[in-house]
Amino acid sequence: MSSLVILALLPLIGAVLVGVLPSSNELLIKQAALGTTILTGLFGIYIATQFVASDTAFQFVQKNEWIPSFAINFSVGVDGLSLVLILMSVILTPIVVLAGWHESEGGRWSVKVFYILVLILETMMIGVFAATDVFLFYVIFEAMLIPVYFLIGGYGSGERAAAAVKFLIYSLFGGLLMLASIIGIYVVSSNAGYASFDITELADLHTVMSSTTQNLLFLGFFIAFAIKAPLWPLHTWLPDAAKAGSPGTSVLLLGVLDKVGTFGMIRFCITIFPDASKTFTPLIITLSVISILYGAFLAIRATDLKRLIAYTSISHFGFITMGIFAMTSQGHSGATLYMFNHGFSTAALFIVGGWMISRRGSSTIADFGGLQRITPVMAWMFFFAGMSSLALPGLSSFVSEFLVLVGTYTRYPVAAIIATFGIVLAALYILIPVQRALHGPTTPGNEHLKDLNLREKIAIAPVVAVIVAFGFYPSPLLNIINPAATHVLEKAGFTDPAPTENAGK
Amino acid sequence: MNTSSSLVYLIALPLIGAVTLLLGGRRTDKWGHLLATALSGGSFVVGLYQLNEMLGRATEDRAVTQKLFNWISVGDFNVDASLLLDQLSICFVLLITGVGTLIHIYSISYMAHDENRRRFFAYLNLFIASMLLLVLGDSYLNLYVGWEGVGLASYLLIGFWNQKPAYATASKKAFVMNRVGDMGLSFAIMIAFATLGTTSFAGVEEQAHHASEAALTAIGIMLVIAAAGKSAQFPLQAWLGDAMAGPTPVSALIHAATMVTAGVYLIIRSNFIFEAAPSAQLVVVIVGAITLLFGALIGTAKDDIKKALAASTMSQIGYMILASGLGPVGYVYAIMHLLTHGFFKASMFLGAGSVMHGMNDEVNMRKYGNLRKFMPITFITFGLGYLAIIGVPPFAGFYSKDGIIETAFNAGGFKGYLLGGITLLGAAITAFYMTRLMVLTFTSKARWDDDAHPHESPALMLIPIAILSIGSVASGFLFKQGDALKNWLKPVFGEHGDHHEEHLFEPIVVSAMALTAVVIGVSIALKKYQFTEVAKVAPENVSIFTRMARKDLGQDAFNEAVFMRPGQAITELAEKVDVKVIDGAVHGVGRMAIGSGSALRKTQSGFARSYAALILVGTIVLLAGIWVVTQ
Repeated sequence: MSSLVILALLPLIGAVLVGVLPSSNELLIKQAALGTTILTGLFGIYIATQFVASDTAFQFVQKNEWIPSFAINFSVGVDGLSLVLILMSVILTPIVVLAGWHESEGGRWSVKVFYILVLILETMMIGVFAATDVFLFYVIFEAMLIPVYFLIGGYGSGERAAAAVKFLIYSLFGGLLMLASIIGIYVVSSNAGYASFDITELADLHTVMSSTTQNLLFLGFFIAFAIKAPLWPLHTWLPDAAKAGSPGTSVLLLGVLDKVGTFGMIRFCITIFPDASKTFTPLIITLSVISILYGAFLAIRATDLKRLIAYTSISHFGFITMGIFAMTSQGHSGATLYMFNHGFSTAALFIVGGWMISRRGSSTIADFGGLQRITPVMAWMFFFAGMSSLALPGLSSFVSEFLVLVGTYTRYPVAAIIATFGIVLAALYILIPVQRALHGPTTPGNEHLKDLNLREKIAIAPVVAVIVAFGFYPSPLLNIINPAATHVLEKAGFTDPAPTENAGK
Repeated sequence: MNTSSSLVYLIALPLIGAVTLLLGGRRTDKWGHLLATALSGGSFVVGLYQLNEMLGRATEDRAVTQKLFNWISVGDFNVDASLLLDQLSICFVLLITGVGTLIHIYSISYMAHDENRRRFFAYLNLFIASMLLLVLGDSYLNLYVGWEGVGLASYLLIGFWNQKPAYATASKKAFVMNRVGDMGLSFAIMIAFATLGTTSFAGVEEQAHHASEAALTAIGIMLVIAAAGKSAQFPLQAWLGDAMAGPTPVSALIHAATMVTAGVYLIIRSNFIFEAAPSAQLVVVIVGAITLLFGALIGTAKDDIKKALAASTMSQIGYMILASGLGPVGYVYAIMHLLTHGFFKASMFLGAGSVMHGMNDEVNMRKYGNLRKFMPITFITFGLGYLAIIGVPPFAGFYSKDGIIETAFNAGGFKGYLLGGITLLGAAITAFYMTRLMVLTFTSKARWDDDAHPHESPALMLIPIAILSIGSVASGFLFKQGDALKNWLKPVFGEHGDHHEEHLFEPIVVSAMALTAVVIGVSIALKKYQFTEVAKVAPENVSIFTRMARKDLGQDAFNEAVFMRPGQAITELAEKVDVKVIDGAVHGVGRMAIGSGSALRKTQSGFARSYAALILVGTIVLLAGIWVVTQ
């Protein structure tokens, strides 16, 4: 069995383990869940060390027949792109479990159910990135909605039921379009003489597709991914879901699950439909630029901490899609690195924001005030997370954001220039809440808030470490990402624009 | 090029200090300030060692580099974390660590009663480390890290007392306006990579020879925007006055001597771009000329001693920026003025801190007066700085400012007369507002509140001021002696360094004109403030000019009207669109799907029509957007 499959099964085994533990022993359940996720994280890191970066073929491959009559296989494997996303997922999950130690309490269902849902979700997160069969991907893509739906609806706050339904309907709508496209792929590949759902084989399918077919099938995938990502104007489910979900759920939702959208754009849209991708690039770049500014505008006005973080993510996802569709190596690698970095950056914001909210009993930014002098460590962590979100040089998000901008500029200078205004807006949407929540005199009701305890410090420390370490030294990640990004672009027929004035080369 | 393995310690020492004090927390309260001071001093010693090494090598071998590691590498975008120390950067290294260490020492005493003194020193060390990275990075992207790093340190220090909402707002304003400048730097790097394929100084210099003027002009203008943000130059100058919310040592170090001069460094470091892009160079000159008058005019009306000094800083940096747009001779005087200004302005800011220390933190000069009797040492050191800034020979500012005035006249033709005239006018106004400041504070009649008990500051504060005063007195002469600084910097400017100077006037004539301007400025100020009773409350019946100057020539009103309010309107619109239009459409579709019967009725009532219209408008806007973005 491939070690990748073992990695994906570990959390599932943990879920079974948690399932047989007595419901009354909540501490033991939490410890079991934490232990499982830590083990999965360590094993994930081990797999990453065994990965051969220079090899662009899928690695740790496992392929079993599943539904032979439709040429559907259970096939998994990773390349540089999926590896960093899996790595991000398995590192973030134990942090989420530890950081939100009490999130599972007081939900609609038991503590036990919460951790079973989280662990099943982790298996699916690994699976969705590892799937190399389009149909398998689709099944996991849709199945993932179930644990998230229950996590939001069962353990969220406020209008959690409505938000969960909105999330579900949006996602199902996208999934439906994708299903239509998948059926289309099957039809086209059958007509071409080889029925297949294998992503490597489908990479050549575009040679036999008419441009209309390609465009339509592309759109089916793309709309599903644009909802997931989310790209303007398909984003309105996200702030509601992020507001209603518990902070840990929101980390997994925005940090990991939304990446399935941007991951899918590279893995499926560009790989299978390179010509359609080219056709729609102007539209997508435009939507991305709108997302960057629009998300930032909404974030500047946000009065609720959780909605604020959701809006910043809309802006950040705009950068990611822009980088992807700039079709340059800097844009592509930058976008993939951005996905990884955004996971940690958003995790930091949601985790620390979640602590602030649970202490204060409110997520309204105006209810905070003067925290820097009451809870200095927590305030510092929030500030740090904010600096990461506004891509301060020296932190990891700067590297990816700058790569995206420079990679976009070489092909779409106007788009890059407009997008760069986002860095000024980012300063506003971070420093305005920082001032409201952390500075100024103490707002009544905050005098006795407690600073971070040891568990919380341990939970946030690795996030901080990752953000700083890869800010100064991103090479380990870029070494994994670069070959995969170059490979995708080469297959799709894109080369980097040469320097326009460089006479030396 | 030679390599050195010890450049990294320049940055590492203060960085270690910042990290230790921030992570160590309250445990380091007792000794944190001492560690930070020692590490800043250690960095200064490394700087001296490097200078000594440099002096031991031949002129053309003086630059050294140190490659630390490969930072970012994707496709052809290849950036090393690599340091470069040459004749230009060593000037900054010694200024930053030298003045920086003195200000650390001063702050030990100045901040002694602040319960967060440790945090203050952590920020100071963070600043020193970032500023050193800024001047040592060997590429625009490395510089960028230091560039935003000093912005962060500046933000943290301006808002050091951010429990006061006004101070918190001031720090935010500084960061945001700096980010506008940083955007310029981002653009410059993007354009450089797209056109020249590189972002390192050496690489850009090499490619600049065969690049089109259009590309270089674009890069150059973006660099000017960056410089304007960091150096508080027109039109991004409005943050500097508010930045005085920070503790006074911060104003001395960051907002006078070092960080705000980073723009001058950037332009002179990029001399190979501006030499080949005359239009961009002209923009540099214009920005400098406007700002030097702008700041000087604001300085004439400020009653807050720190804000008066801040306006002066803006104006003096205007001189430097102006000079850095005037070619190799100008570069030398820009750097000379930058260094002499570093001494005299830091000494005066620390002097202002000393005055505030003795006056219950009062900053309103209308409530000062006759302090020379009570603070004799502060008075003398401040006086030396005063003589230096207004340009009285043989004090430091005389040499550097005279050089700039002379170079301005030598720009040739109408431009020369105009620039020369502006610099002379600036000199007269400088003499006016600085004399006003001296008189109001030290020599006019006492106007204190009853509870003020002015007293001289402790030795730990006075010694650093005294050392800086030596610089205010002697540095200009030393730099000018035998063209020492000019010959030192020459190799940095490559082949551009050998310009022949065309003299419009003999140097002695320029000096005479400058001194006349100074005498006029001083005389008017003496008449108005020394020989006339000064009102304790600022009079209201003043000229329109004074009123304008008090309001910073309307800079905030302008920004509010042109950027802030429209910006707020846009965010409001975005919010409305999101709730009403986009989410409204989603819910509308939902409702239509749920109740098809009632939905059918709604089509009659214009519900569907309005959406159709909406979709049409949306499509047109989107198509227009696509057209624009993909140009």
